[in-house]
Amino acid sequence: MNEPHLNPQTTPPAPPARRDFFQTILHWTTYAAGGVAAAAVGLPFVGFLLGSLRKSPEKWVSLGPLGRFPQGETRLATFMSPLGQAWDGKAAHTGVYVRCLDKDKQQFVIFAMNCAHLGCPVSWFPQSGLFMCPCHGGVYYANGECASGPPPRGLFQCAWRVRDGRLEVQAPHYPTLQNTLRAEDQS
Amino acid sequence: MKRWVMAIGDWFDARLRVRESILPMLTHPIPAGAAGPMGWWYVFGSASLTLLLIQILTGIGLALVYVPAPDNAYSSLLALNYDVPAGWFLRALHYYAGSGMVVMVLAHMTQVYLHGSYKYPRELTWLAGVLLLLCVLGMFFTGQILRWDPDAYWGLAVGGSMAGRVPVMGSWVVDGLLGGPIIGGNALSRFFALHVFVIPGALLAVLAVHLWLVLKCGISEPPIPGQLVDPKTYDAAYEKELKTGVPFLGEAMIKDVLFSALVVIAVVALAAVLGPSGPTAPVDPSMTGASPRPEWPFLWLFGLLSLSPPATETFIILVFPAILVVALLLVPFVSNRGERSPRRRPIAVLSVVVIYAVAGALTYQGITAAWSPHMIAWSGAPVPEDIVRRSSPAELQGAVVFQYKDCRNCHALEGKGGLRGPDLTDVGKRLTRNQLIDQVSNGTPGGGLMPAYGQQMPDAEMTALADFLVSLRPPDQPPAHSTGTEQP
Repeated sequence: MNEPHLNPQTTPPAPPARRDFFQTILHWTTYAAGGVAAAAVGLPFVGFLLGSLRKSPEKWVSLGPLGRFPQGETRLATFMSPLGQAWDGKAAHTGVYVRCLDKDKQQFVIFAMNCAHLGCPVSWFPQSGLFMCPCHGGVYYANGECASGPPPRGLFQCAWRVRDGRLEVQAPHYPTLQNTLRAEDQS
Repeated sequence: MKRWVMAIGDWFDARLRVRESILPMLTHPIPAGAAGPMGWWYVFGSASLTLLLIQILTGIGLALVYVPAPDNAYSSLLALNYDVPAGWFLRALHYYAGSGMVVMVLAHMTQVYLHGSYKYPRELTWLAGVLLLLCVLGMFFTGQILRWDPDAYWGLAVGGSMAGRVPVMGSWVVDGLLGGPIIGGNALSRFFALHVFVIPGALLAVLAVHLWLVLKCGISEPPIPGQLVDPKTYDAAYEKELKTGVPFLGEAMIKDVLFSALVVIAVVALAAVLGPSGPTAPVDPSMTGASPRPEWPFLWLFGLLSLSPPATETFIILVFPAILVVALLLVPFVSNRGERSPRRRPIAVLSVVVIYAVAGALTYQGITAAWSPHMIAWSGAPVPEDIVRRSSPAELQGAVVFQYKDCRNCHALEGKGGLRGPDLTDVGKRLTRNQLIDQVSNGTPGGGLMPAYGQQMPDAEMTALADFLVSLRPPDQPPAHSTGTEQP
């Protein structure tokens, strides 16, 4: 019943030099193979995780004919964001505030809905000419400048262009203080 | 028959060796004092563990139906609430057992702190316990996101914006958190993975270490005033104490079992009576008017932020919680020896009282915080009739301006309306006409709470508004009169 226990001190010694040599080779081969195996699994996995940091190519969304945006007024234009996933459903349904500055010169300013404070959706109140945030009381003037409350800056502005008589906006990602929506806003 | 059962048991044990490994763990002796009436102080840890088992069970059940994708998360939650038999109960139980877990972990931690049980040799047990608290809070936050209603969505947006304030690498942190340019499927899947795999895995691993340490370091004996902990002599004294100890499995455990059973009955009753929490509505980010509030374990931070000037926000959001965690981790290293009894540690007792009082007050502030404007008050809360019953035409016009310019969203009249600014029911007796016009035109100086309305309304409207505001005072009171120092 008693199994013979191998005792390293009583095992018959192999010829020392050769045995040591093969032991060393075996050990280093094991370390190397283990390292290669770990890298073979780990590097693709880390690459997969870092994939979310990849910048997605810019995409443009049509907001409709220019006539939809009367001069001097601010209008909410909603659309399905092309930056999402097929399974996003209504979570990709977003909007921007379009203010037409000059109809003839085709000058617009487009604001993201997200408050510059902590990202809640601001509402436009045309009668008082203010954007108000429902979360923490950030208020902005019609030109996007912060009027009161905690926001550290004005509303985030989106890049826009006019193509074939239609106003297009560069689909906004979720804007944050260090990742704004236009190159010229980047601090 | 019994012999057969014994024989089968022996056959298994000859291979599993439970009798020589697991059984001694369960029957390990604990100090006799901890098995006596003082043992009622020791029940919170095992109650946390019991609730964890409920969370695992109900969590697996919910995962059988829940769809972690934005297009169907809401409908799968509705199916759980209304279609799947007992689905509503599982959701409710998962919520209230989770809340109970936070309560029990905090109670456990408070007891350990008050009894000085974190002192030598149980410092590491305390550290593992702090990590477990973080895991439980992490489960609460990620679980709230899975509810995927506007509160969850905008709560995630707020979390993303907070993460975006990390110096230098803010935008990377946001991308890592949200998993893509917009808050959608990738973000929800991330929080699903965190809630179902990553944090539970970490929690179970740390819990294994925590329980192992409980076994290896032993359960602390009830503290006796004057009996000091000295790392040099403690082990021998504890060893001696165990000579008169009682096995955990048996009389000592019965209090834990009873208390756990009562806690389970309580959370089941809460779940059955109050039902599941949400979801309130499907997510559509183009709909304005969100007002997310964090779940109750985080309301104190929300309350604190609502009281703090904007300049301190980044510190409170990013640095302050980290300071708290580090402070908790450092507790056993500040003092791991000396008195354990709360009777001889007045500062420890006082700090617990102060911390709970402050957290309670901040939570109350978080619940009632007037931080958010009342976005529909301008149209939804008419000017109270008794205020304008005897108004002049100009004052009536001012009342219309007051509503139409959204003043009401932040200023209440007779308690109705926004609470962000002061209630203006009797502002006419506090501020003169010139002061009122100055306030409305320029707002709060230096970018405070009130926007400057000077450019937002023509002179005629401003005049009417001033007339109305001056008239806002009890009929038997004169309007505020100007003092000599006032500039017109």
